[in-house]
Amino acid sequence: MALLSVEGLVKHFPLGGARAWLDRLGGQAPRSVRAVDGVSFAVAPGETLGLVGESGCGKSTVARSILRLVEPTAGRVIFGDVDLTALSAEPLRRQRRNLQMVFQDPTASLNPRLSVGRTVQEPLQRHTTLGAGERRARVAEVLAQVGLGAELVDRYPHELSGGQRQRVNIARAIATRPRFVVLDEPTSALDVSIRVRAILLLDELRSTLGMTYLFISHDLASVKYLAHRVAVMYLGTIVEEASTAELFTRPLHPYTRALLSAVPVPDPDRRHARIVLAGEVPSPIDILGGCRLRGRCPLAQPVCAEPVTLRAVAPAHRVACHLV
Amino acid sequence: MPWPWRRLARNRLSFAALGAILVVTVAALLAPWLAPYDPDEPDAAAALASISVRHPLGTDLYGRDQLSRLIHAGRVDLLVALSATAIALTLGATLGAGAGYRGGWVDHLVMRGVDAVMAFPAFILALAITAALGNSTANVVAAIALTHVPIYTRLIRGEMLKARETEYAEAARTVGNRPHQIVLYHLFPNCVPPLIVQATLAMGFAILTVAALSFIGLGIQPPQSEWGQMTAEGAGYVVSGEWWLVLFPGLAIMLTVLAFNLVGDTLRDLLDPRMRGVR
Amino acid sequence: MSELLQVHNLTVHFATEDGLVEAVDSVSFSVRPREILGVVGESGSGKSVTAHALLRLIRPPGRIVRGEIRFEGADLLALPEEQMGEVRGARIALVFQSPRTALNPVLTVGGQIARLYELHQHVSRAEAWRRTIEMLTLVGIAEPARRARQYAHQLSGGMCQRVMIAMAIASSPRLLIADEPTTGLDVSIAAQILDLLRGLGRRTGASIVLITHDLGLVAEACDRVAVMHAGQLVEIADVRTLFKRPLHPYTQALVRSIPRIDREVAMEPIPGAVPSLLAPAPGCRYADRCARVLPVCRLERPMLRAAEVNHEVACHAVEVDSGAAVR
Repeated sequence: MALLSVEGLVKHFPLGGARAWLDRLGGQAPRSVRAVDGVSFAVAPGETLGLVGESGCGKSTVARSILRLVEPTAGRVIFGDVDLTALSAEPLRRQRRNLQMVFQDPTASLNPRLSVGRTVQEPLQRHTTLGAGERRARVAEVLAQVGLGAELVDRYPHELSGGQRQRVNIARAIATRPRFVVLDEPTSALDVSIRVRAILLLDELRSTLGMTYLFISHDLASVKYLAHRVAVMYLGTIVEEASTAELFTRPLHPYTRALLSAVPVPDPDRRHARIVLAGEVPSPIDILGGCRLRGRCPLAQPVCAEPVTLRAVAPAHRVACHLV
Repeated sequence: MPWPWRRLARNRLSFAALGAILVVTVAALLAPWLAPYDPDEPDAAAALASISVRHPLGTDLYGRDQLSRLIHAGRVDLLVALSATAIALTLGATLGAGAGYRGGWVDHLVMRGVDAVMAFPAFILALAITAALGNSTANVVAAIALTHVPIYTRLIRGEMLKARETEYAEAARTVGNRPHQIVLYHLFPNCVPPLIVQATLAMGFAILTVAALSFIGLGIQPPQSEWGQMTAEGAGYVVSGEWWLVLFPGLAIMLTVLAFNLVGDTLRDLLDPRMRGVR
Repeated sequence: MSELLQVHNLTVHFATEDGLVEAVDSVSFSVRPREILGVVGESGSGKSVTAHALLRLIRPPGRIVRGEIRFEGADLLALPEEQMGEVRGARIALVFQSPRTALNPVLTVGGQIARLYELHQHVSRAEAWRRTIEMLTLVGIAEPARRARQYAHQLSGGMCQRVMIAMAIASSPRLLIADEPTTGLDVSIAAQILDLLRGLGRRTGASIVLITHDLGLVAEACDRVAVMHAGQLVEIADVRTLFKRPLHPYTQALVRSIPRIDREVAMEPIPGAVPSLLAPAPGCRYADRCARVLPVCRLERPMLRAAEVNHEVACHAVEVDSGAAVR
């Protein structure tokens, strides 16, 4: 039974302005940015699902929609046996004890006027009935788990390094021992040498605390290390989903293959030919029918003008491509 | 949070400014005990006397000791400025925070109200209100407060609009804060620093406004002494040579307002946790 | 002199409020004609500062303390500012990080490139514009005439970077320095930019110094690689040699630490942290993090010595090894 199940998630951001007004007058629906356009997946307890894609593919919007930081336009998100999308404000707020997020920018996601201790104990304040002393003890425990010394409790974010700030971010997310954590590009803003440490820490925490992760990233190598299964997004939809091993050794969707071929490999003898997609990612406003990769795909055929669905081509391997 | 004296002392000008404000405040508080004479007590024999040991700042037409009058006047000025600023700040910040956080029609309503008030030159508005409502201290406070509300409203609204979009605001929501908790504990504290600078500057303006109103005969009425009113009276004596009557009240206004202006930036820096440990 | 650029003992210090930061410490390397040299290191390793020093772009409180930069027969550090101005942009060009912020937001991108032509090549406005469109096509921008009239904020990150590259090669420089040209770009765009740089290098015969923290990029694009740590150059070698037989402990640790998609590797973080460059300890700056540290490492800075053909290392432990081998 999946811990988190996303069904048909859609998020459109309607465009404003004169054009939209005129559209409405003319009886048409105004154009919108179709950031997430029908995404479905499930995450099993204890696993890490990697969600990869390039900028603009909608992965961050998926993360925010799941947590209802942004209200989905359509679709359902089932957590355990609770439909998150149907909850009203207070029950949703209470669910946040189990659904946390680690943000991308460690500096921007910490309130500069609050000390480390105050930031990390806030989730405990909001969701538990622990007294002040008990909260302090728990904060010290959590800080130790992320590898920060207890003396940092009274420091402010600007007094810490980037790596330390990200650890505080992680500490805040795990303080209530949530069952599910969304990692939104947790290492992108970190220096390369610190990135490795952060990834190893996240992996260790997952197994020690029994958490489940949705790991969003554009760094395919980190995803390969941390994730059990990977879903690849392009222009608001999932184009391929498989186990990590399967995806990296036998990628089927042309976009996945192009993406993997673009990742630089630190081995000078393996300079391989790159699969190049023509042009740039089209705008998510005017999306043509049929396969979204159609204009850029080197293998495009007339059939690609037909709408394409994500279907299983092998056990636990789904692809959205006519030619597979 | 421990008061960082050392950092304050390093910036000598601000230290002096803070000192000056403290002196004025203490003098105002302890006026009845500090003033050597009763400010309203006439002494015909010593009328229009220049500065001396007995009357360090001289006397006026009625022989009233100017030093005592100055100290008591300071009380009024500070009280009015402080109350007006406090009221304006509270009202303005609440309106601005609400408008900034909620947006939509609330924002529109508040901002159009602000626009309406700001359409009038501040002093003219204060003058009009005082003239309409009558010359009492309370009315002066109300008039000044009203003309200052828009400044704080706009300031806080702008800061709130920024703070609302930050990632830590999003994190605050993710962690499980209710909307009012997000505003109170996360957004508002980050909107406060510009408020502090503005409030100290506004204190200076408030004092100037009270003084100006009294100068033209509105607001605080004699026999209650007030710096502006004393300056107005004293101005009439410049030609005849009683220079002390205009100089000291004028200096009092100038130095107090200056002190408030100088202390604003430093006060804001002192309250910013980011400045801890920074030279 | 077959080298295009020769750097000897370049040292750059910054006099900050907290003390003297010794950002670059006696760095020596050379760049050959028509080659791509990678300069690799973590942040704080001094690679960007070195790049800026090559173009004498170091401003107070930074100061080039000593060194020699020989380019086309002249020592750049000894040139009068006027002549240096002719070298900058025209003979040696720099492509900055964060392309969008390096472009002027109030001028059209075409306008910025055209100005360069007008200034350096003394051509008319119309001719400058014509060359601009040509250059935009060369760097792979679709619809160049339309794009030239747009502003930086209207272009994607990848396109901004192409514009920056266009500006850099407008005067056909002999040496192009690219400072983290792909940081912040998506993987596929980064790959395209890298291809573009390589192609331009081959076409114009220019040499490229590619500064990056990404070992993958270096393996893909470079002919030789220089590794920097905490302001010191620790190893410089042919790219294959560096990856197959890294000698310096830092290089070895670096290669072991990176996540990769081509093989299973246990990512081992490099122990310790980059030391502070504020009044640094004498000797090798990797000493506190090094598994092979010797007493002499903390006393004396190791010199860059040839370990084999086209492979130099600055490490006492390596010297001891090679000495032992000879014996």
